[in-house]
Amino acid sequence: MTEQELALKSVGYRKKILKYIYKASAGHTGGSLSCVDILNVLYNEILNVNPGNFNDPDRDRYIQSKGHSVEALYVVLADRGFFPESDLETLCGYQSHYIGHPTRKVNGIEQNTGALGHGLSISAGVALAGKMDKKSYRVFTLLGDGELPEGSNWEAALTAAHYGLDNLCAIIDYNALQITGPTAEVCNTDPIDKKFESFGWEARNVDGHDFKSLKETFLATPFVKGKPSVVIAHTIKGKGVSFMENSVKWHHGVPTKAQYMEAINELEKTEELISGVLQ
Amino acid sequence: MSAIAEQKIGEGKANLEVFSETLQELAANDRDIIVATSDSRGSGKLVPYGQKFPQQIVEIGIAEQNLVGISAGLASAGKKVFAVSPACFLTARAFEQIKNDVAYSGNPVKLIGISAGVSYGALGSTHHSLHDFAALRAVNNIVVCAPADNFETERAIRLAAETNYPVYIRFGKKPMPFLNRDHNEFQFGKGRVVREGNDLTFVATGEAAWPALQAAVKLEREFQINAAAVSMHTIKPLDYDLLQKLAANGAPVITVEEHSVYGGLGEACASFLMQNGFRNPFRIVGIPDEYTVTGSQKDIFEHYGISEKGLCEAALKLLK
Repeated sequence: MTEQELALKSVGYRKKILKYIYKASAGHTGGSLSCVDILNVLYNEILNVNPGNFNDPDRDRYIQSKGHSVEALYVVLADRGFFPESDLETLCGYQSHYIGHPTRKVNGIEQNTGALGHGLSISAGVALAGKMDKKSYRVFTLLGDGELPEGSNWEAALTAAHYGLDNLCAIIDYNALQITGPTAEVCNTDPIDKKFESFGWEARNVDGHDFKSLKETFLATPFVKGKPSVVIAHTIKGKGVSFMENSVKWHHGVPTKAQYMEAINELEKTEELISGVLQ
Repeated sequence: MSAIAEQKIGEGKANLEVFSETLQELAANDRDIIVATSDSRGSGKLVPYGQKFPQQIVEIGIAEQNLVGISAGLASAGKKVFAVSPACFLTARAFEQIKNDVAYSGNPVKLIGISAGVSYGALGSTHHSLHDFAALRAVNNIVVCAPADNFETERAIRLAAETNYPVYIRFGKKPMPFLNRDHNEFQFGKGRVVREGNDLTFVATGEAAWPALQAAVKLEREFQINAAAVSMHTIKPLDYDLLQKLAANGAPVITVEEHSVYGGLGEACASFLMQNGFRNPFRIVGIPDEYTVTGSQKDIFEHYGISEKGLCEAALKLLK
């Protein structure tokens, strides 16, 4: 896909994220909007995974450690054909499988996540099994910058480097905000790249909304043979809707009807602009 | 069947050793058997395993949360993973990983809690696991098992290797006598009656099963009381059918466990019996709600009446 095609897809994803969060009156809006470009590039350009090969032991894996941004994942999985998009009408409803964190009851989801600081260890385990069996699959996991203070991440970072898991790529959705406020004020984890590098990883910083850079960066993994890779994706919480951008209240804020209409209006204008470029 | 089948009542080695030997036998025939340890291969008697199967052991270092998370990932990719760590750390430090990454995600990790209960004796309460039954009983989708003797340990490990669901198995490190070779059926969730008797029933688990059997023998010899002894090796799922049969005659029931009296085997049995209309005289023998008295495992058992003498006294009191 061209950059413009990917950009158009992301706008569509953002509209759907907002649609279903608005309908459910629940969801993690800001983080879903910050990570959806990353998911777009992974699922449409990088991962060897689709509904047809989801049970194939050789498939690539994507494990979402920041499980609360599940709405972005649902929308992308629906687009990739893992389940009908209409299933999302039940989001967060009574007896729905489409709850506020990923579970394996939804086709396309690898692990039940939501408690923070778990995805990296599980991903390292899957990557280690791949090395043992000399398989060529890769494991990508998405962490929020706000979950980095969980100590289990750093336990996993040690092990991944110790076993030279270069089939593992951690992506940090570095939107610099968490529920209480700026991550730098809650518990500063900067410099993230240097920390991972000191643990034996190879790090790259990338604009998390630049499709070309994201694609090139993921295609370049492993950055160094024998080392796990970490991509620090600099993102904007609430990206794509100007009044939601960089505003902590949209961490799990749900738009009112007027806000929803305003957001959709803005996204449709963006859509027209990109379509114009495409034509 | 291995040499274990030839053993007589009363002879035996540490369940820990049987675990290691069984695992070596399994690993030799199945490359998917993986041991993951947290700097615990020595205390897990797994040094020979590591030497024989260097490609089938993963050292995580002292990081129990990561041990369980990595094991979940390995299991989800098809490995038969035995995550081995002292029971105290495995089930407390990594509890959230057990709950979410193993049980909730349905990754069939075999969690092995070594030096369980008060096996560490004088090392003190940081090293005791008197909470693990209670904690894991409240987690959905995990078998909780405390084998009593070498036979049960061997069977539990073999069964665990083949299960596609999560299992927690805990045992200690002292030599354990065989309970009764004539009763050699073993399934998770099916208690093992090692001695018949109508006057009273001991329902015991793990290393507390031997003193319960000893007490049953002494009660007959010295007081002409016929006590049954059951090794209830699986705490969850609990063998309700067997409990119902045992309690049917109304005779007293005494549960015995190397665990807090809160939330373990005793309360699980009490809950079932009470909710099903049984009003048998009932007593839970275990560790009371306190940091244990100091001393060896044997000292601690004797102090709290998890002993032939203590259990006989408890039985006589309940029969009055």
